[in-house]
Amino acid sequence: MKFGVVVFPGSNCDYDTFHVLQNVMGQETVFLWHKEHNLQGVDCVVLPGGFSYGDYLRSGAIARFSPIMREVKKFADSGGLVLGICNGFQILLEAGLLPGAMLRNKNLKFLCQQVYIRIENNRTAFSNAGRRGQVLKIPIAHFDGNYYAPPELLSDLEKNRQIVFRYCDQNGKLSQEANVNGSVNNIAGLINRQGNVLGMMPHPERASEKILGSEDGKIIFRSMIDYLEKKKGSGKKKAVRAFRPAVSPLPPLIGTF
Amino acid sequence: MIDEKTLADHNLTREEYDLIVNLIGREPNLTELGIFSVMWSEHCGYKSSRVYLKKFPTRGKYLIQGPGENAGVMDIGDGLAVVFKIESHNHPSYIEPYQGAATGVGGILRDIFTMGARPVAVLDSLRFGPIDEPGNRSIMDGVVSGISGYGNSFGVPTVGGEVYFHECYAQNPLVNVCCVGLAQKDRLFFARASGVGNAVIYVGARTGRDGIHGATMASAEFGEETEHKRPNVQVGDPFKEKLLLEACLEAMARNLIVGIQDMGAAGLTCSTTEMAAKAGTGMEINLDLVPQREAGMNPYEIMLSESQERMLIVTEPDKVQELQKIFNKWDLEAAVIGRVTDDGRLRAYFHGQQVIDIPVKAVVDLCPAYRRPARTPAFQKKVTRLRPPEMPSDLNQVFLQLLASPNIADKEWVFRQYDHMVQVNTMVLPGADAAVLRLKGLKKGLAMTLDGNSLYTFLNPRKGGQIAVAEACRNLACVGATPIGVTNCLNFGNPEKPEIMWQFKQAVEGIAEACRRFEIPVTGGNVSFYNETEGKAVYPTPVLGIIGLVEDTALVPAAGFRGAGEVIILLGENTEELGGSEYLRLVFSEEKGQPPALNFDREKRVQDCCRQAIKSGLVRTAHDLSEGGLAVALAECSFQGPRRIGFEVKLNDRIRTDALLFGESQSRILLTARKENVRKILALARKMKVRARVIGRTGGGNMIIWHRRKKVIDQPADLGYRAWKNSIPDYFKIKKS
Repeated sequence: MKFGVVVFPGSNCDYDTFHVLQNVMGQETVFLWHKEHNLQGVDCVVLPGGFSYGDYLRSGAIARFSPIMREVKKFADSGGLVLGICNGFQILLEAGLLPGAMLRNKNLKFLCQQVYIRIENNRTAFSNAGRRGQVLKIPIAHFDGNYYAPPELLSDLEKNRQIVFRYCDQNGKLSQEANVNGSVNNIAGLINRQGNVLGMMPHPERASEKILGSEDGKIIFRSMIDYLEKKKGSGKKKAVRAFRPAVSPLPPLIGTF
Repeated sequence: MIDEKTLADHNLTREEYDLIVNLIGREPNLTELGIFSVMWSEHCGYKSSRVYLKKFPTRGKYLIQGPGENAGVMDIGDGLAVVFKIESHNHPSYIEPYQGAATGVGGILRDIFTMGARPVAVLDSLRFGPIDEPGNRSIMDGVVSGISGYGNSFGVPTVGGEVYFHECYAQNPLVNVCCVGLAQKDRLFFARASGVGNAVIYVGARTGRDGIHGATMASAEFGEETEHKRPNVQVGDPFKEKLLLEACLEAMARNLIVGIQDMGAAGLTCSTTEMAAKAGTGMEINLDLVPQREAGMNPYEIMLSESQERMLIVTEPDKVQELQKIFNKWDLEAAVIGRVTDDGRLRAYFHGQQVIDIPVKAVVDLCPAYRRPARTPAFQKKVTRLRPPEMPSDLNQVFLQLLASPNIADKEWVFRQYDHMVQVNTMVLPGADAAVLRLKGLKKGLAMTLDGNSLYTFLNPRKGGQIAVAEACRNLACVGATPIGVTNCLNFGNPEKPEIMWQFKQAVEGIAEACRRFEIPVTGGNVSFYNETEGKAVYPTPVLGIIGLVEDTALVPAAGFRGAGEVIILLGENTEELGGSEYLRLVFSEEKGQPPALNFDREKRVQDCCRQAIKSGLVRTAHDLSEGGLAVALAECSFQGPRRIGFEVKLNDRIRTDALLFGESQSRILLTARKENVRKILALARKMKVRARVIGRTGGGNMIIWHRRKKVIDQPADLGYRAWKNSIPDYFKIKKS
């Protein structure tokens, strides 16, 4: 499958996400520069973590106006798969592709730490490789991850099973203590009604290699790949699997001019 | 005409002024005086320290670039180089903690990417006044938020460092930031304005009136008027810095840069004069072309502004257009402001008039160096005399008290505010002895640590300096790394006082000797003098940053116990030493005695043995012994695993129990191993002439230590953990009244 990782000037998890998709998951991956209007025929768009345009205003508030986001919106509206991680989730909220909003973390501090999330709904394109109730260990790193939705919206989200991940403890129990950023109903990841756009605050790309302490994040990428392969039909596992360029400790040049 | 008051405002002496007149052959105008004043400030000119810094060894096996550039560079093989340096931002962080610390991070990041390296890690060493004072907590909160705000947005992981509290830092907090970058060895860039006729290009943020005379401010003591210095502190913009990083690295990759220098302390002044002086050229610039943030700035302000996120680039005229395209791509402003000349002078024009005309060599290379008088402080004899106090009856209580001491307690409250995982390389997270980064696609990795113990240095500056080096190397040994290069940040009081100068000289000599013995070159660093407020100096605080190379990242042991039933081995010897210990300070309020003894040969053997055992794949956990001694080190291992694991340890040394438990004898490392590997480790130690013994096992819910058949410590691991874990956060809890 072909993945596109959007690069805003202040994205800083762009290469991390690219690295995991290409070098760990073995998928063809390209960067999509924020000033471009072309999605290069990708099967899936990933909005990575970072500080899109500095985020001195509300996180993601400016990114939603960028040229590439117009294309991402069109892509999503026509059923394309879009994953927003951390800042990517914030941008999806600002762009109206997902409902609700982010507040500052409840302790008013940036938080970088391992958290546990529970798969609430495994019948989505982003979680089908996991079991319902499965606990994943994936880190967070954000200042504005305290998800908020008004009560009516919240009950809709619950009813439509749009809450895909919730913060929990190591044993899968929901608690306020495990809900470090204070999100309403412990929400860590959210999908749209149509089921093709998912936003999540935890960083699966930081939990996809054993050497970094967890491989649970691969479940999300695996789910997407399986879903796309099934959708493209006939289970023809193409040669893209063999796509393994040499891994360099330093990232390549990004974007065009 | 320059009067005494103007000279005093510029921190220049009459003799220095006469020298300037002599060097340029006339009286300088005010702008020129300003230029000399910053370049000859202690901060930029190292005038009190230079004669001593020469004692550092600066050659080594892996060395590519030693002192004199923006940062040191080491060769790590596979065509890669590691670029690293430490800087202080102490004065600004006291005046305005958030921005002071943030711009400290920004400054050191630029030093690294100026050389063509991508910053891959930041570590910081922070020292504040006692945490129970709200004022100190507010500074700490601001500093940590500033580091977090800048580093997280920029996208560099803050992977480690240290945090200490002591009365002497209440009005002089120390903020030392170390950055490590990774570059291709054949693509390093230097601060040289080579090629007469080449274009001089200004990129990045516009120049404003912020930070004028920051370097001069950092070269004087603080008095009561410190509040007025707030406008001297710059304001950081990490997003702009990120753009600057990407744009510069792209321009470098496309071969569009001849020389490059960041505008840090002393801004445009420093970058223009240094680049020309290093290349043996001159420079001509038009100040009207410098992008400015506000109207009506005069040449003095433009030259001395310390606005952040700016770079000066020299390139061939035919590459200017392409360079500008790259900066446009990253939404940055780039302006040609002048050209390289051949006459060794810096000439600047403003509104059509020549306002600066000075020889660059005089500014950069002829700053006077002073061998200031040094004298042993009167208190020195008194503090080193120690009559050991009577041993407290309840050592369990002492044990818990130590675990909760802010100097020993868990620092998660601090480091979880830093993004320490971005770039997906961080294998060993903050809180361990040393941070370890994997290098994608390679078997090897990079290890790094910051270390310093100012109480030792206060009691004995020479030995304190030696121990700082030894302990940093020991930290690296605990992750299986071989130390390859050193950077240091030397934080001292007012060098014009002979007692301070003595401390400085002794500490530098100690560090130099230790680096020679460990065969690691000093590649640069930073000296921060005048850490005094109202006549009270900080304890002499050298902070050592050492980089190590890990051969095989798969073998890096954990910092905490990994399971029950593992065997605990102690490398090294327990001796009866209490001087300078956290135990004495905390329990008896005594800051006395000699710091622990250090035998270089023994230290090196212990470290080699640890590294060898790790390389042979025998080690599960490794942790060095430092503040709080053996008992605290065991507890830390117990707390840092995936879950709390107790231990039972039996010791028979014929020394005082408190010295055995809490003494800080050097050259000791704790290891754990699976039962079947214990004999191999002991045999290895015997072969390497290192004392090693099995002292106990992991497991159970309690932390138990026996001394000569008496149970001297028995505490539930959970209880100790809570004391250690909650100590710092509890101070920051909002008290409900």
